Amino acid sequence: MKRFLSTLVFACMVIITQAQESFPINGVRDIRNGLYAFTNATIIQNENTKIEKGVLIIKMGKIVAVGNNLTVPAEAIVIDCAGRYIYPSFIDPLTDYGVVATKRAAGGFNFGAPGQFISNKPGPYNWNQAIRPEINAVEVFVNDEATASGYRANGFGAVFTHLKDGLARGTGAVVSLATENNNTAVLKTKAASVYSFDRGTSTQSYPSSLMGSIAVLRQTYLDAKWYQTKPVSEGTNLSLEAWNNNQPMPQIFSTDDKWNAVRADRVGDEFGVQYIIRGGDNGYQRIDEMAKTKASFILGVDFPIAMDVEDPTDARFVSLADMKHWELAPTNLSAFEKANIVFSITSGDMKDSKQFLANVKKAIQYGLSESKALEALTKIPATQLGVYDQVGSIETGKWANFIITTEPVFSNNAKIIENWVQGNKYEVNEAEWKSLAGKYKLSINKNGTTTDYQLEVKKDLSASIIGTDTLTAKITVTESLIKINFPTKKGRGAEQLRLSGVVADNTWSGVGTDGAGSKTTWTASFTGAIAAAIENRRPTDSVKTISKITFPFVGYGNEVVPKQETILIKNATVWTNEKEGILQNTDVLIKAGKISKIGKGISDAAARVIDGTGKHLSAGIIDEHSHIAAMSINEGGQSVTSEVRIADNLNPEDINIYRQLSGGVTSSHILHGSANTIGGQTQLIKLRWGANDEGLKFAGADGFIKFALGENVKRTTSQSNNRYPDTRMGVEEVLNDAFDRAVDYQKTLKANPAARHDLELDALVEIMNKKRFITCHSYVQPEITYMMRVGEKYGFTVNTFTHILEGYKVADKMKKHGASASTFSDWFMYKTEVQDAIAYNAAIMQKVGLNVCINSDDAEMARRLNQEAGKIVKYGGVSEEDALKMITLNPAKALHVSDKVGSIKTGKDADVVLWTDHPLSIYAKVENTIVDGIVYFDRSKDAEMSKKITNEKTKLIQKMLGEKRAGMPMRGAAPSFQVLLTCGDHEHEDHMATIYENQNN
Amino acid sequence: MQNKYSKLFIASISLLAITASAQETVYPVLPQKGITAITHASVHVGNGTVLSDATILFEKGKITAVGNGIALPKGATEIDATGKEVYPGLILPNSSLGLREISSGVRGSNDFQEIGDNNSDIRSIVSYNTDSKIINVLRANGILLAQVSPAGDLIEGRSSVVQLDAWNYEDAEYKANTGMFINMPSLMVRRGGRGGFMRQPGGGSDPVKSAFEKIEIIKNYLTDAKAYCQEKIHTNNNLKLEAARALFEGQTKLYVRANEVKQMLIAIDLGKTFGINIVIVGGSESFQIAGLLAENKIPVILDQEHALPATEDDDIDQPYKTPAQLQKAGVLFALNDMSDNSKQRNLSFNAGTAATYGLSKEEALSAITLNAAKVLGIDNITGSIETGKDANIIISTGDILDMRGNQLTQAFIQGRMISLDNKQLQLYERYKHKYSIK
Repeated sequence: MKRFLSTLVFACMVIITQAQESFPINGVRDIRNGLYAFTNATIIQNENTKIEKGVLIIKMGKIVAVGNNLTVPAEAIVIDCAGRYIYPSFIDPLTDYGVVATKRAAGGFNFGAPGQFISNKPGPYNWNQAIRPEINAVEVFVNDEATASGYRANGFGAVFTHLKDGLARGTGAVVSLATENNNTAVLKTKAASVYSFDRGTSTQSYPSSLMGSIAVLRQTYLDAKWYQTKPVSEGTNLSLEAWNNNQPMPQIFSTDDKWNAVRADRVGDEFGVQYIIRGGDNGYQRIDEMAKTKASFILGVDFPIAMDVEDPTDARFVSLADMKHWELAPTNLSAFEKANIVFSITSGDMKDSKQFLANVKKAIQYGLSESKALEALTKIPATQLGVYDQVGSIETGKWANFIITTEPVFSNNAKIIENWVQGNKYEVNEAEWKSLAGKYKLSINKNGTTTDYQLEVKKDLSASIIGTDTLTAKITVTESLIKINFPTKKGRGAEQLRLSGVVADNTWSGVGTDGAGSKTTWTASFTGAIAAAIENRRPTDSVKTISKITFPFVGYGNEVVPKQETILIKNATVWTNEKEGILQNTDVLIKAGKISKIGKGISDAAARVIDGTGKHLSAGIIDEHSHIAAMSINEGGQSVTSEVRIADNLNPEDINIYRQLSGGVTSSHILHGSANTIGGQTQLIKLRWGANDEGLKFAGADGFIKFALGENVKRTTSQSNNRYPDTRMGVEEVLNDAFDRAVDYQKTLKANPAARHDLELDALVEIMNKKRFITCHSYVQPEITYMMRVGEKYGFTVNTFTHILEGYKVADKMKKHGASASTFSDWFMYKTEVQDAIAYNAAIMQKVGLNVCINSDDAEMARRLNQEAGKIVKYGGVSEEDALKMITLNPAKALHVSDKVGSIKTGKDADVVLWTDHPLSIYAKVENTIVDGIVYFDRSKDAEMSKKITNEKTKLIQKMLGEKRAGMPMRGAAPSFQVLLTCGDHEHEDHMATIYENQNN
Repeated sequence: MQNKYSKLFIASISLLAITASAQETVYPVLPQKGITAITHASVHVGNGTVLSDATILFEKGKITAVGNGIALPKGATEIDATGKEVYPGLILPNSSLGLREISSGVRGSNDFQEIGDNNSDIRSIVSYNTDSKIINVLRANGILLAQVSPAGDLIEGRSSVVQLDAWNYEDAEYKANTGMFINMPSLMVRRGGRGGFMRQPGGGSDPVKSAFEKIEIIKNYLTDAKAYCQEKIHTNNNLKLEAARALFEGQTKLYVRANEVKQMLIAIDLGKTFGINIVIVGGSESFQIAGLLAENKIPVILDQEHALPATEDDDIDQPYKTPAQLQKAGVLFALNDMSDNSKQRNLSFNAGTAATYGLSKEEALSAITLNAAKVLGIDNITGSIETGKDANIIISTGDILDMRGNQLTQAFIQGRMISLDNKQLQLYERYKHKYSIK
């Protein structure tokens, strides 16, 4: 084996291959042509092409030739790479390398703090501080050797870098990781523009929610388009100008979660943009949805590490979903590969970037193919960023960006020896290169007499003298200097030979002293390699996982989403909610998702029969006021936010969907919170446990919007409110002003369709045109009255008043106006505006003739809405049938879906609940909840699931403990808190592992 | 017989009509005169037994006889309870009733939470407002007694049990200084919001470490107080240390607000170390250590049964099932209703839920009557319909645990038939009048 020893010794050496002609030189010009030939290497040109015993020739930072049997120019510096592997250096498609991040303001966003309503960025920029398309990372980019060396150690030769801040983050550049020169490091100045849902360091109050972020992005697309018409009123807006200029380049959307990937793609679809999506590590949980985006992805390998679950009281609070994700996250990349989704790999955002290559290998162990891994590190990111003509493979004309490795790069023990970037050599594990291992003939000359020894040196420099006795030698190497010590024979008191010298190519030489103190000279010459143990060149065998993907990905999810069935419920007491009233001993046949027959003695051979003897069947409960199944509820940044939509941020994995099915709820109206006078657009959903966000939506239902009046919108509990309005007088005027603007807007648009489209006003125009309907949070009688008068003034009816605890005081006016009421049964005294709340409210309103609903506004109480309806009989003597309608048919009417749901009637949706007892009794439990003819809740199956969760958790806990015993890195058991969103209107019950978000006050 | 009852009923209705404008005219009643007899009653004693067609006699506020075949004394006021259900008055075991009127946005109406780490000496009773608009609403749902407790950061202060028909706090005090409340710091690792928008900046102190520092304050307090109470003559009087005397003398209990297992374990340890009686308040995770609680005879007040499960993976009905699990393990417990939105008026329905999920109805009843009285140390005078106890009794048209049956016709505190009128009923009448609703 012939070994190469660098002539340029040691220190991180750099050859200046690119000098800028325009720059003056202070001193003497020293430009070298950097002509190198790497010979005898296994060259992996790209994921498909491999050259054995190949030659790579580079000059002035570029590849000039690659192949077999090339003629090596005489003037080339030859580097023998026998036994080594050369790969194109990797490209990280999403980093903030060399771009200094803006500091986040301390304290975070606070609903109660004084608001900041416009951007505080000086200059002719956008109104919203989180929209910063004018930022060009290349303008603030500075080489940063400390960071670059970390990337290079992971094999990267170039990265895409951007300023990681804001919803629109401006453009990023592709830069090389050669750090000597800022100018030459830039490979592409504006390679892509980047977006996210995270408003970053913006101190502005708006947006304060995910749906707000989405609305801002959507509005900006509209504004930018309008800005192309050069509207005089806008003047110069450098942000919108930059936004437009950035459109032709690749558009990257940065997310960290599967659903956010879907949301981002949806924004793109609306405006004809196909984003490249930085996905989370949980895409494997919804791989079909990922594929449907048709996006190419950027994926990380920051897999969660095991938790220390030794303490059972700590382990109890780690959810099965988090444990499963720990186990399955390394399968994420292979899931994308199997689904034929194009993706690149980033090392960005890793907690410990030193684990990068190890984690890529882990992904390979978990099923990712090596060729895909390589492609995802080279060609794909280069292609995504439009720099494949410059980097990403070993081809003539491209930058000389390549790594030299000891073994195939993804094999277990592979090490990167050097990473060449733009023809500059950067050492990574140089010691691997200069391995001193081998057999040597050591000759020691003392006074003209030479004694020969056979010296064997291993890779780790452990050495021995082979003779009659095998003696241990001690070798220490410092840079090119070497020390050798060994005894001449075994046993104590043996004479020690001490040698000192230099290491040069195949021969070492120097001087020494023997045991008697006499001076010697010595040489050691390489005679041959030691037979190396055959090393495992493949990653460890593929790994078996315990966890299964469920829909949704929580403990109570199903491996297979429940299917529609033909179901015959026999002999039940059926609460029809129709003129037939309550039918005894009656059968109900459910077919194709609809109620097919109601009567006695029904039979259907294909039907699954459920015995309803002694049980009660009612229509599914419809909760008119709910805040479950969403990622954010309140956009409290402004007083009018009709542009935000709950639908943009549904969360189909909220466990409360399942819990509420267990309480007989089949549809929920997910409302925006009450942080502002005109809140966001609501979403009616069906509780289809396991569906995706689109699948939750109640198809064909009218659009609604949340309004709010009173204490919350005037921020009563804030000590420092500066947001208008601060009084009910102001609230009324916010309404008048909003609709006044909407009237003018409608006129303007009619006259000039190219006028600025305003998402906020669009929603208000829909209200005026009876295309969208209001559910209005309200408590005291004056505000109820003026809300109706505002409606009448602008030509619409307030569809529903919600909370409406003083509705009983103005029930006659509400009746005349035509509003429905959706209230609580017995809440009172939790704030000033409910001092006159009475439990008889619903009964009075019902007796006056209003359509009255009882709603939850509380994830816990939603499971007991039947009991809440029961209380309306107790307080005010409404009939039991009418009381049940308050949670079924009446909300269906209020939501304009009573033609589909709300009663048990032939042809209506099969959304029904089978109760063990009288449905208004506290003793009633739900046995089955059926939505669209699909059994989503079955009490006996629930008990099995509960057991299954315990079993799976036990297994995964054992597996984590195994990791601990094996000495793997661990982190503390992190409780999996349930995030419960509230409208911020009232307190919710204390659940230990729950975090309440979006308190608006 | 029937006549007398009807007259009384009419009397109470007409009282409503007269006073239908303000709760200020709902008067606390004078001490019982003569003998009252409830006859033909289905009597739920509170200890698990149900007597049918039974008679209850009470005089001077005390129950003098309960059972079948009891002769009606001469001159007794008879209340025929045929077809009705009779129960002991319900007991709220832990409440800020009278201290906290309007929870949100009205600081001036809140007197339930003092500042500072150690308020062992303060007494909730002195800020108990008998004119609270909430009290009469609770009475109408059968709640006749409440333990009123102060809240706070750590050592919260002393509680008393009140009866809910009084002119002022001194009249209301049913048993003084029933307990000292402490708020056990959480030993769970917390994090900020979901990330993104609500993300809190990193750093800050280790919550578990600071919790242990606070626990140390509790221990030091009890250690010093125990020593102080041994001292014959004090050079320096200390109100805070003196406040613990009743604890060491076994006259009162230490109520520890704790939901987590680790918090409860520390509470049990406090009891052993200092030889004091511990009651766990909250106890949402008590089902995890039911056996241990029973073994150590630690009673539990389950504050919030109508709650979501603590974790995503828990049995979806876990909080509803917890009472039955405690019962099975032999833990003495009381049920509570800490809902801030309905102001504890649903106490009986919390018991109803417990009955749906594993308790018998009488066991569930006991958790809001006799067992609650035992937990509070007042079972010698109330909690069940038994001879010698105070005549704290409610009569309902049906099963009070179920909203379908819960409808009070009469209620007695210490033998006095109290008004069931309240502001809500009055507003109901007012607007029935407006709309001519019958």
